[in-house]
Amino acid sequence: MRKFLRTIFLIDLIEGLWVTFHYQRPKYIVTEQYPAQRPKVAERYRGAPRLNINPENGETLCIACNLCALACPENLIVVGAERNEQTRRKELTTFIYDTSRCMFCGLCEDACPVDALELTQDFEMAGYNRDGQVWDRQMLEEGPRPKQYKY
Amino acid sequence: MPDQTFLDSTELVLNMGPQHPSTHGVLRVVLKLDGEKVLGADCVIGYLHRGVEKIGENRTYQQFAPYVDRMDYCAAVSNGLGYCLAVEKLLNAEAPPRAQAVRVILTELNRIASHLIWLGTHALDIGAITPLFYVMREREEILNIFEKYCGARLTTHAFRIGGLQYETYDGLEQDVKAACDHVLPKIDEYERLLTGNRIWIGRLQNVGVLNAADCKQYGVTGPMLRAAGVKWDLRKAQPYSGYQQYDFEIPTGTNGDTYDRYRVRMEEMRQSVRIIRQAVERIPEGSIMAKIPKVIKPPVGEAYVSIEAPKGELGYFIVSDGSTQPYRLRVRPPSFVNLQALDQMTRGALVADVVAIIGTLDIVLGEVDR
Repeated sequence: MRKFLRTIFLIDLIEGLWVTFHYQRPKYIVTEQYPAQRPKVAERYRGAPRLNINPENGETLCIACNLCALACPENLIVVGAERNEQTRRKELTTFIYDTSRCMFCGLCEDACPVDALELTQDFEMAGYNRDGQVWDRQMLEEGPRPKQYKY
Repeated sequence: MPDQTFLDSTELVLNMGPQHPSTHGVLRVVLKLDGEKVLGADCVIGYLHRGVEKIGENRTYQQFAPYVDRMDYCAAVSNGLGYCLAVEKLLNAEAPPRAQAVRVILTELNRIASHLIWLGTHALDIGAITPLFYVMREREEILNIFEKYCGARLTTHAFRIGGLQYETYDGLEQDVKAACDHVLPKIDEYERLLTGNRIWIGRLQNVGVLNAADCKQYGVTGPMLRAAGVKWDLRKAQPYSGYQQYDFEIPTGTNGDTYDRYRVRMEEMRQSVRIIRQAVERIPEGSIMAKIPKVIKPPVGEAYVSIEAPKGELGYFIVSDGSTQPYRLRVRPPSFVNLQALDQMTRGALVADVVAIIGTLDIVLGEVDR
């Protein structure tokens, strides 16, 4: 009898409709207004790569040890180094990082012994074509400059 | 003599997919139809084949770890766990207790996230659009924990061979507890939306029945096997990563139809919350990484490790020849094996039921094609 009444009065459907309806209240809105409202990215986020420089003298922290290039599963890092004849130390000349092939696994970052290479919280790396996806040393040190929109 | 219908119609071959949205990716199903009735279904797979096993043979053990995340991308953490356990077995190493507890928390969170995606897409296929929006909202909470813990949301690369790379962040316990408290009442809410709904029951009950004997014959595992009434869960049967410490139940069904599979997966999410709550209460102190050499060179031999992934038994078979790269790496993907039962399940069903049956298989094409 109870089941019959529930069927007649469409209780099962009304229960479901009520769930949908009670989310009408504005406090349940979860949508982010993305370009206007910037998302807060976690501290450990693995985003655009950056080659850190010493803020005091502007010299690169990279010691050209090539460990990141060896750790990379996709072999997309090329480190160019030259031996300085006076100090007998290897010095970084070029650093090429192909972001179009990168899967942001973070293995290069883990391999770096001096915290020079880092995956940062910048996530806006999309482009309209493939030009500029291979980043050189200058680009890696400056970081990407995504367009900011005003509303 | 073939069965003749009153219209004396002949068999019609209908191509479904690979672009069809209800095939959950790029699955192509060639249906043999008699009017609305399905006489048989052939799957054509391989549209997403990337040769993951071959990639594994050309990478070192550590380097291959991010690739396994890209097989079952809905449950990347489970994939990573299975791979790490397999290599650890080759190395005769074991992750420290603290790492094991964190691994359990993250894999169970991932199980909930994967089941939520299944629920949303399965309901969407059948015509209930609303749950999809709600499950994404709850999944967001879980993905935020992944992002805070390891820096990525989907292809997480959370675990390393021998333990963990990242120490837990401050507030992980609170975040996990909050996510559990958030998800549990929402599961009841989905049940209110769907479980009693007459359309939902009408579309699911006695559709795609696969009994226990057939399940075993096809090698079907996971919630599909449990819905047929077989109490088989690798977390209980062959405990790994410290699952024997946690108290949980294996939900089972009786009929092995699509509705039972829905009930089993919903209950599994509740059990996952139960495991997470126990695990987060007692994360032991200590190191997070076992003593693993920097260059992994396992001794000559082979190892097979299988874990209970959200979709079923996920196994990794690795043959080592003593070098830094695996000699052979084979993945036993649950989606691929479960998909083999599609032909049997669709026989005699209607065309509209095929969509429901593909949804209930819970396949991820990244894993089927690898």
